[in-house]
Amino acid sequence: MTQKAGDQELIVYKSRIKVPYTWSVGEVGSRFLTEIKENQKIWGTRCPVCDAVFVPPKKTCTYCFVPIHEWTEVKDEGVLQTYTIARYKTDLIPQDSPQIIGIILLDGADTGLVHLIGEAPPEKIKVGMRVKAVFNKDRKGHILDIKHFKPI
Amino acid sequence: MENIAVVGVGQTKIERNKLGDTFADMVYEATKKALDDAGMTMDDIDNVITTSNDFWDGRTISTMAVNDACGGGLAKNMSAVEGDGTFSAFYGMARILSGVYDTTLVVSHVKGSESENVLITNAIFDPLYMRPIGLDSINSSALQMRRYMTKYGITEEQCAKVSVKNHKNALKNPYAQIAMDISVDDVLNSRVISDPLKLYDCSPVSDAAAAVILAGGDKAKKAKKPVWVKGVSYTADAYFLGDRDLADASALDKAALEAYEMAGIEDPLNEIDVAEVYDAFSYMELMWYEGLGFCPPGGGGKLIDKGITEMDGDLPVNPSGGLLSGHPVTPGGMIRLIEAVLQVRGDAGEHQVDGVKTALAHGINGACGQSHCVWIVGR
Repeated sequence: MTQKAGDQELIVYKSRIKVPYTWSVGEVGSRFLTEIKENQKIWGTRCPVCDAVFVPPKKTCTYCFVPIHEWTEVKDEGVLQTYTIARYKTDLIPQDSPQIIGIILLDGADTGLVHLIGEAPPEKIKVGMRVKAVFNKDRKGHILDIKHFKPI
Repeated sequence: MENIAVVGVGQTKIERNKLGDTFADMVYEATKKALDDAGMTMDDIDNVITTSNDFWDGRTISTMAVNDACGGGLAKNMSAVEGDGTFSAFYGMARILSGVYDTTLVVSHVKGSESENVLITNAIFDPLYMRPIGLDSINSSALQMRRYMTKYGITEEQCAKVSVKNHKNALKNPYAQIAMDISVDDVLNSRVISDPLKLYDCSPVSDAAAAVILAGGDKAKKAKKPVWVKGVSYTADAYFLGDRDLADASALDKAALEAYEMAGIEDPLNEIDVAEVYDAFSYMELMWYEGLGFCPPGGGGKLIDKGITEMDGDLPVNPSGGLLSGHPVTPGGMIRLIEAVLQVRGDAGEHQVDGVKTALAHGINGACGQSHCVWIVGR
């Protein structure tokens, strides 16, 4: 459909921006992702002041503004704090619609991990249900080495 | 608070697709309207701040591209803010308070229609842990909505009432994009977008520009219709969604308290006459009632049930129709400020609330209201 302003046909120019990036994961993030990749284990860091365990791990505490040095392993299972079932498709959704996203409080962690929920029909998903990480066979040192969390 | 006033405001109509206008065309329209409203020319403007988002504009340092449309081409000091217009207006005010400038023009623009909002808002999130999960502004807000409903027992019906109220209010606002008389059932039965968000819980994709002129000192005192800044503050919360309890807006609690303290407000529900808040999604308005201290935590549902925030209630919220009736992303909060100013002046037309002396405007930045900016303006 052509649109006009008065007698003038309006031209719409189509293009796109494509820029490659490389992001440093840093020492802390690299250790976290390497543990997932090589040992299928999830580790966090513990603040020396407030004792909060961060997953993904942080080098400084969000709440106390102090450096963190202590590492602690958390469980690969936990409680679903909230979730949504996205019923639209976009280029970035890494699996077929509907896509279920949740925030999971892993046992031993104090911050929620945002991740995918799988192996469950959407109508069975409930806040407070326990879920467990399912690791991919082929792991690359990426957050999606955890394929998703499934109900247990 | 030093004597700072909003002395001129301008906005374009909010539309789904302003095909006939470039960014610069929209910015010029809003700027010219604000100058005319203030009874000023560009000669009266000491410096200019533009507000945009490079991802939405599709170019880096996007402020440069609207330079000539808002007077920057006339050898003015020009600066930029990436984010919501309430935050750039705060910066504009700070520039006046620095003592270097008497007047600041702050403009804001966006065209949501020209790119993919889901892809752009996915880029809000950190590239390592949150972006690959496919988060965007809609599904992250849905996570927040469910967390809010779960923690406080807020219902989908109560959220839907916000949508009904704001879309109806928009019928009287000529600048609104979507105005309609719908029922709670219409909202509940609308298409599920990202459970529990339905279509009518969500604000639309929009194009618009907005502008305000701020003045201090003699320039403010001599203004035709000054509306005084009584209090203003903004604060930011944690970036990672899992580091916050998404059911609470602690950044808003703090920003509101600071703004109220500055304005001498102790009982916001009774002392504020009208509020314009950032209702990007219906549930957000209820959460912001709580953060703004209109009710205790978890009390947002009851507030809407009692009709307190309806046009004829004790504290009308979003008489303009809010963002549910048109959501141009960076001008979104600035338009809330403009509406608050118009309400104080008695210039809000058919959606004017009677006898407004004190009005509140609210803007947010970041995912799930990471940052909040609160303005109190009055006579």
